Amino acid sequence: MYPFTYHRPDSVSAAAKLAGDAEAKVMAGGMTLLPTMKQRLASPGAIVDLNGVSGLSGVTVESGKVTIGAMTRHADVATNAALHKAIPALADLAGWIGDPMVRHRGTIGGSVANNDPAADYPSACLALGATIVTDRREIAADDFFTGLFDTALQPGELITKIVFPIPQKAAYQKFRNPASRYAIVGVFVAQTSGGVRVAVTGAGESGVFRVESFEAALAKDFSAKAIEGIKVSPDGLNSDIHADAEYRAHLINVMARRAVDAAR
Amino acid sequence: MSGTGIGARVQRKEDFRFITGKGQYVDDVNRHGQAHAAFLRSPHAHAEILRIDASAALAAPGVVAVFTGDDLAADKIGGLICGWMIHSKDGSPMKAGAHPALAQGKVRYVGDHVAVVIAETQSQARDALEKVVVDYKVLPAIVGMADAVRSGAAVIHDVAPENTVYNWEIGNKDETAAAFAKAAHVTKIDLVNNRLVPNPMEPRAAVGDYDSGNDHFTLYTTSQNPHVARLVLSAFIGIAPEHKLRVIAPDVGGGFGSKIFIYAEETVCVWAAKKVGRPVKWTSDRTEAFLSDAHGRDHVTHAEMALDASGKITGVRVHTQANLGAYLSTFASCVPTYLYAPLLSGQYNIPAIHVEVDGIYTNTAPVDAYRGAGRPEATFVIERLVEVAAREIGKDPADFRRQNFVTQFPHQTPVIMCYDAGDYDAALRKALDMADYANIGARKAESARKGLLRGVGFSAYIEACGIAPSAAVGSLGAGVGLWESAEVRVNPVGTVEILTGSHSHGQGHETTFAQLVSERLGISIDNVSIVHGDTDKVQMGMGTYGSRSGAVGMSALSKALDKIEAKAKKVAGFVLEASADDIEFKDGKFTVRGTDKEIDFASVALQAYIAHKFNGQELEPGLKESAFWDPTNFTFPAGVHICELEIDPATGVTRIDRWTAVDDFGNVINPMIVEGQVHGGIAQGVGQALLEGAVYDASGQLVTASYMDYSMPRAGDLPSYQIGMTQTACPSNPLGIKGCGEAGAIAAPPAVINAITDAIGHEDIAMPATPLAVWRAIQKHGLRAAAE
Repeated sequence: MYPFTYHRPDSVSAAAKLAGDAEAKVMAGGMTLLPTMKQRLASPGAIVDLNGVSGLSGVTVESGKVTIGAMTRHADVATNAALHKAIPALADLAGWIGDPMVRHRGTIGGSVANNDPAADYPSACLALGATIVTDRREIAADDFFTGLFDTALQPGELITKIVFPIPQKAAYQKFRNPASRYAIVGVFVAQTSGGVRVAVTGAGESGVFRVESFEAALAKDFSAKAIEGIKVSPDGLNSDIHADAEYRAHLINVMARRAVDAAR
Repeated sequence: MSGTGIGARVQRKEDFRFITGKGQYVDDVNRHGQAHAAFLRSPHAHAEILRIDASAALAAPGVVAVFTGDDLAADKIGGLICGWMIHSKDGSPMKAGAHPALAQGKVRYVGDHVAVVIAETQSQARDALEKVVVDYKVLPAIVGMADAVRSGAAVIHDVAPENTVYNWEIGNKDETAAAFAKAAHVTKIDLVNNRLVPNPMEPRAAVGDYDSGNDHFTLYTTSQNPHVARLVLSAFIGIAPEHKLRVIAPDVGGGFGSKIFIYAEETVCVWAAKKVGRPVKWTSDRTEAFLSDAHGRDHVTHAEMALDASGKITGVRVHTQANLGAYLSTFASCVPTYLYAPLLSGQYNIPAIHVEVDGIYTNTAPVDAYRGAGRPEATFVIERLVEVAAREIGKDPADFRRQNFVTQFPHQTPVIMCYDAGDYDAALRKALDMADYANIGARKAESARKGLLRGVGFSAYIEACGIAPSAAVGSLGAGVGLWESAEVRVNPVGTVEILTGSHSHGQGHETTFAQLVSERLGISIDNVSIVHGDTDKVQMGMGTYGSRSGAVGMSALSKALDKIEAKAKKVAGFVLEASADDIEFKDGKFTVRGTDKEIDFASVALQAYIAHKFNGQELEPGLKESAFWDPTNFTFPAGVHICELEIDPATGVTRIDRWTAVDDFGNVINPMIVEGQVHGGIAQGVGQALLEGAVYDASGQLVTASYMDYSMPRAGDLPSYQIGMTQTACPSNPLGIKGCGEAGAIAAPPAVINAITDAIGHEDIAMPATPLAVWRAIQKHGLRAAAE
């Protein structure tokens, strides 16, 4: 690890000011940032640690929506009783992230801001039509995830919370990388007031994406059978030693069907 | 009796220390004034070094020194060695390229050692490492064995212009050819035995220390055999004479073979300690471990089996290419030859066998012994051949095995080994019963109803352990003897210290060796301490690998205990005023035969030291004996493992549903520890079969250099095992022990692959059978169910 300056601000405004420095990296749970720093793959001049900022954690369920504070740990999302009633698929997703240590350190805001192409939360945001709330504006999930590790966030802009409309039913099915346990393919299916939305993580070269052919078919008939024959093109999907693009394309269909069957 | 003797399921004495974090590993060793080493590793698989400029690194904060291969050469420090000579079939000796501890002129794999930076702190050493400038001329990288032996391929070592270390053979070629000429059926298979990274929990580490007042070196190192390390570092590498070099291997957190070898890093640390006048410490990080620990396996094999019309096996012939990596590691040459081919008779009576093995250099990490070392590779070949042959001729795989089992002992195979004892059908019968094989059809039907494919696979493995009779291995090219030593020191109060040349790095010797003492001397294991892993404390020993500590190390201890008993009887005779011949020793008590006169062991120990009851000229005071034991044969643990699994054809995911293991390890000291060895071995074997595989890309970069891509088995990948045992005592050592440390890793891979091929209905699947590989295999060939 290279030397860096460590900041621990106690307010969003102070954090945002420090995060505006081009040399600075914002740290929420640090579950991606710290390993890359330890391996000398990242060398930020300063770390802005959000763990001293109060008021960024917690899950609230009210008037048809779920609001999750940016610094809420995955374990707290996974075990939230109100969320289990409102959007059980989202709680289930959180319970399958990483391992216990990651779930007790990692945060929803950190995961969404990092937009790792194999992270789980981006698929939930996209499929549920979430709104990402920052210190300066609200961004629709459809506009937020702009590419590999890339988002609509401006330099220094901080996520404060994420708002999820409660769907009629939803489910997340993840096919895990046997080594890292990240998603090789993760499919989040949601039947929402705005229609059926299907979002895929882990597979796309540019990160999370929606499968419109599935959405159209499921809008007419929300059953696994409705999409059984719909092929996903391997174009634009990742290939690595664990899964080539053709296998990922196949798994998207399998996982989507299983998600439809599991939706509640 | 104390209840802690042979066969007792006592908890491990060492576990309190380990579980409470009080183990003392090499990284816990910190010497006053120590500096830290960091190794500059080659980013290229194959390149000439044109120039190394260390000036900026030397000027960096905290840097004490930077050394390269030239500095080692100037001090006449020799290269790393391979200690087993293999001759090619034309009689020529193997072509061993030089293996300098720091590269001299050329690097040959990604991770090869280019230079060392020594600095005040580990961070400073690593920072300075980035300032060492190296000009490379990149050469073509040879990654696969097919590329290595292609004409015109780049040459990795000048001494081996065809990148071939040896073309070796064993068995009778003509008799085997005749058997195939007459065969009613021939089964042919092509196999890859995937390359594995050992991944012990504790990475390698070294602390070198030099005492200028006495011109004496001390090396703390993660070793399975500290005396062998001292021998190599002294006699071959030239660090210091043996009496000027102490090697200490304290608590070691797993080895699986990878810590047998003498590596560049410990060599450099102990040498550099004198150069810089300070202790020098290095601890591998996990990435370095992936890059530079000796890997395991990596064979490409074509194998054939000849059968007569009745289904009797009449011949086996095998041609294997063994990837030995960029340099010959310490025992690399013997693993794919003498530790492999002699096991290709399996548990079967096969009259003719011929095996050819080509050892190949590539620009990859050196390959050497890894849990099982040659024997898993052999078992994979023979158990896949047997399974496929049974399927091809339409016989039940269990019946086919039974028809061909060796049933008479001793049994001389055509490939060196003489099996001394066993009952293979007993293990098969028991395993079939425990696995409920009779009802497999119903379970397959039930899986099919759920849309899943159920398969069952057998592995009737045999291994050669208790390594090994010294004269025998010497005749095969070994540079060392493979006996073991023990010393028993009885203290005046009757407690006992055991000094053993075996080395425990997870095996539980502090418990099992104490159990043998408990059994023999009638004292509790709490009154026995085990000393190992320090060349200044313990007499010369050969260390732990090849499932040898029980069969060989404890046999040496048993022999030393015989001497203790004989001496103690003499002491008791003086005390009880009887002839030593009339003294009986049982349950810790010496009695005069036919009388009620008795004395306990502790009292005899005290009498031996105070020496009041006998004349020091007729009996030496004290109670301390030592012994060396050289076994009369290898031991032959064997057994049957049955894997039953389900495959989801939609995803290719394999879930192991049942695992039955019935092993014959001969006599067992501690069944709990033995079961633990079986559990861990199966986990590693399942890891090889389903998950693990080192992958290099075409340029020789290790793609699987972290746990993000290298898939280790987790608890959730494994079922709860059903473990059973049969027992035939081993006649080749006084305790009747065969050894158990490698069995699971040897048995498991073919059991898994035989089960997967049974489930999907064809034989074309390579290890690791990842979901991708299984799904691809199903896509390529369709499902048997679809064909039926």
